[in-house]
Amino acid sequence: MTKERLVVIGNGMAGIRTVEELLLRAPGRYDITVFGAEPHPNYNRIMLSPVLAGEKSFEQIILNGRDWYEANGITLHTGDRIEGIDRTAKTVTSVGGKTVAYDKLLLAIGSDPVVLPIPGKELPGVIGFRDLSDVEAMVAAAKTGTHAVVIGGGLLGLEAANGLALNGMEVTVLHLMGTIMERQLDEAAGWLLQAELEGRGIKIITKAQTEAILGDGKVQKVRLADGRELDADLVVMAVGIRPNTALGKLAGLEVNRGIVVDDRMVTSDPDILSVGECVEHRGQTYGLVAPLWDMAKVCADHLAGAPESAYTGTVSATRLKVTGVELYSAGTFGDAGTEDIVFRDGARGVYKRIVLRDNRIVGTVLYGDTKDGPWYFQLLKDAEDIAPLRDTLIFGQGAGAQAQDPFAAVAALPDTAEICGCNGVNKGTVVAAIRDKGCCSVEDVRTHTKASASCGGCTGLVEKLLACTLGDGYQAQTGPKPMCKCTHLAHDDVRRLIVIDKLKSIPAVMQALEWTTAEGCASCRPALNYYLMCAWPGEYKDDNQSRFINERVHANIQKDGTYSVVPRMWGGLTNASELRAIADVVERFQIPTVKVTGGQRIDLLGVKKEDLPAVWSDLNKAGMVSGHAYAKGLRTVKTCVGSEWCRFGTQASMSMGVKLEKMTWGTWTPHKFKMAVSGCPRNCAEATIKDFGVVAVDSGWELHVGGNGGLHVRATDLLMKVETEDEVLEVCGAFLQLYREEARYLERTAPWIERVGIDYVRARMEDVEVREALHQRFLYSQKFEQIDPWAERASGAVDNHEFAPLASLVPLAAE
Amino acid sequence: MNAMLPQSWVAVGRVTDIPRRGARVVKAPGGDIAVFRTGADEVYALRDRCPHGNGPLSNGIVHDRKVTCPLHGMVFDLTDGHSIGPDACQARTIPVRVVAGVIELGNPLYTETASA
Repeated sequence: MTKERLVVIGNGMAGIRTVEELLLRAPGRYDITVFGAEPHPNYNRIMLSPVLAGEKSFEQIILNGRDWYEANGITLHTGDRIEGIDRTAKTVTSVGGKTVAYDKLLLAIGSDPVVLPIPGKELPGVIGFRDLSDVEAMVAAAKTGTHAVVIGGGLLGLEAANGLALNGMEVTVLHLMGTIMERQLDEAAGWLLQAELEGRGIKIITKAQTEAILGDGKVQKVRLADGRELDADLVVMAVGIRPNTALGKLAGLEVNRGIVVDDRMVTSDPDILSVGECVEHRGQTYGLVAPLWDMAKVCADHLAGAPESAYTGTVSATRLKVTGVELYSAGTFGDAGTEDIVFRDGARGVYKRIVLRDNRIVGTVLYGDTKDGPWYFQLLKDAEDIAPLRDTLIFGQGAGAQAQDPFAAVAALPDTAEICGCNGVNKGTVVAAIRDKGCCSVEDVRTHTKASASCGGCTGLVEKLLACTLGDGYQAQTGPKPMCKCTHLAHDDVRRLIVIDKLKSIPAVMQALEWTTAEGCASCRPALNYYLMCAWPGEYKDDNQSRFINERVHANIQKDGTYSVVPRMWGGLTNASELRAIADVVERFQIPTVKVTGGQRIDLLGVKKEDLPAVWSDLNKAGMVSGHAYAKGLRTVKTCVGSEWCRFGTQASMSMGVKLEKMTWGTWTPHKFKMAVSGCPRNCAEATIKDFGVVAVDSGWELHVGGNGGLHVRATDLLMKVETEDEVLEVCGAFLQLYREEARYLERTAPWIERVGIDYVRARMEDVEVREALHQRFLYSQKFEQIDPWAERASGAVDNHEFAPLASLVPLAAE
Repeated sequence: MNAMLPQSWVAVGRVTDIPRRGARVVKAPGGDIAVFRTGADEVYALRDRCPHGNGPLSNGIVHDRKVTCPLHGMVFDLTDGHSIGPDACQARTIPVRVVAGVIELGNPLYTETASA
């Protein structure tokens, strides 16, 4: 018997979730073909905002990679739009000319952004915010333009505005109504949100009627009805979405605002079903994710032959995905016959409102403190009589009589209560994963259920579920975290035992400390290799196969598999012959990108792996060595010109920097280690965001530690003041050695110092005996670590296998 | 089509040419092949691109019969190419055998031209 053929038009969240649900119910029943107009596999559309904001990469929001389709025997056609449905012949035809027959057809074609019917709407630079290509267009626009105008201050518009602002654009949001997000927020919460966003530099104009978009060949300005004109290099239209019904109309299906479906998700043709934002169900259309999951389940039930399943609509809750803004909204408000309970805490910026009708919650708006949102939402969905809770309801779950125990409330949630809104995971699923699949950490739950895997807003809830499901079993996990899944021991224990038990190789450590895997993993092997090297300088033989690729081939792997090469420039100084050698290398090896780094070095990007030894050889000939830009080790010493040139300089910062770099290069550390020397307190070398920063003052040198730039900027703590260059060198060596010996692998100085306290570090440095001993141990280990890895490899004597292919195959001669 | 032809084998090098818990690349017309040697001297071969983000698996850290991709840290089983964990995907495996210390890849369409 041949299988029934299911064709799915639309490779988005609704269509593919339906297929997933169907595979759970009736694996193998259908021969499935999926058509998607976008050229990508199925991705989490609601996470486009974090992608725009630079908080996630596209890869991180892919839901089903191409291998998933393959593994489930699904034929996938991406980048090929369906343009016709022949209901008599039961076939669909794509723009690319494919005609495929179906027994059942699923339309999951989503929605289109509403485009305002104003002059200039078709100008280049006017876009919507619906798919990845829109995000790419926005990121590209932010690179060249400065002004962005977002039309529409709803959920999508504000997320777009926030993302564009984070990309460096000056953003103005135009909103027709008096309050932003007025469908989800009341005036008070809208105002709090507006104040927060304005504080981030986003301009918001409410009651703004857009009259025209102006520009010659591309967008230049936006004109409002009151005559105001705003500069614009980019205009994002985010005024709403409209169900995509074109295909339904063309096929002669019943279409209203959306493609009309009944409670079984069946359209006016019994063999055509439809789910998602394209449908109209009981007069409602939907634009949020939760209803899609519900529709997908019902639709899958029917495809699997369970006719009693029915979709009756979904009440949705909304969370704004703007980092640092806590906002939760569900249900309705502003209707007649309702009462409000309101709580405000102006100093903390908290606003909570619960809307009641007949002692039942019909809506809630939470700003600033949203942790009780899911609880209120559940009470709303269950139409629970809240009279007994009413006195303390607004203070949340933690306030009632039962809630002395913070877990009681979570324990009391029914299995159907939604935990993760992004991925549609309910409590029952999470608890089952903990009980049946042995999940015992948030990480485990995340990998098995996807709960908390997207925006992470429900991580706290997942933790509470772990605690109440596992009881004491979870408490045990809160002690020092094991190094990785291969051992129960924490980093500090492993280090201590390496020294006490005189363990001098990775197999010895794994045997003595009862590793649960044969050879460890990619997480513990590099850590052990470092700990052993640090504990036994000169004795331990570095295990290259336990190093991450960058440290194995002494260059930085790039996303396309090529490498970047950074030669060392002592203290950021170079000269004509070095620059000439670099220029020659760039030309000879056709290196595509040359970039000056933040650490005052020159980065050669796009070098082929097999070219690395020859590149190094040429650089070596000009006297240059590895800059260790790839290493968990000493990276760079950045300097300002100091008293050698600067009118304000008080000390010779360049030569101090060179001396520091000559002493410390080549050392391996728990994480990367950066230094800087500034010649006066104006601090042009930015020494106060470095792991070890030196700032010259009239009377000597201030030594600062524990700073870093990056995601979480931390300014340094002042460690001490010293007078001479020799003292600077000694404290530097001693501090480095303390960090090397006591920090955990992959822990930078900033979190390390926050963990142990600057007072502890200062006490060690001020104890002259301790300091001297640390410095001596540092200098001793440097004897074995100051070997230029490039020279060794350029000679062909070391690790040649890393760079040359094992063999090259060519096709047999043509037949 | 390949399945119709009898399997034939091409020698690409010796087991000892690859470091233990390491890998090397074989250049092939259909794309690079990563040939792995485990700590127990077993040899496996996968396409040198992870199905998740095109990571060069030959550059990963090899532990037991697994390799961790250098780009995003996904772990693949060398024996069948499956990734470990629920978001499963599969790297393509290449037939490989060892005859008297010599590694041979199974593919009737290729021949060797150069060796390292």
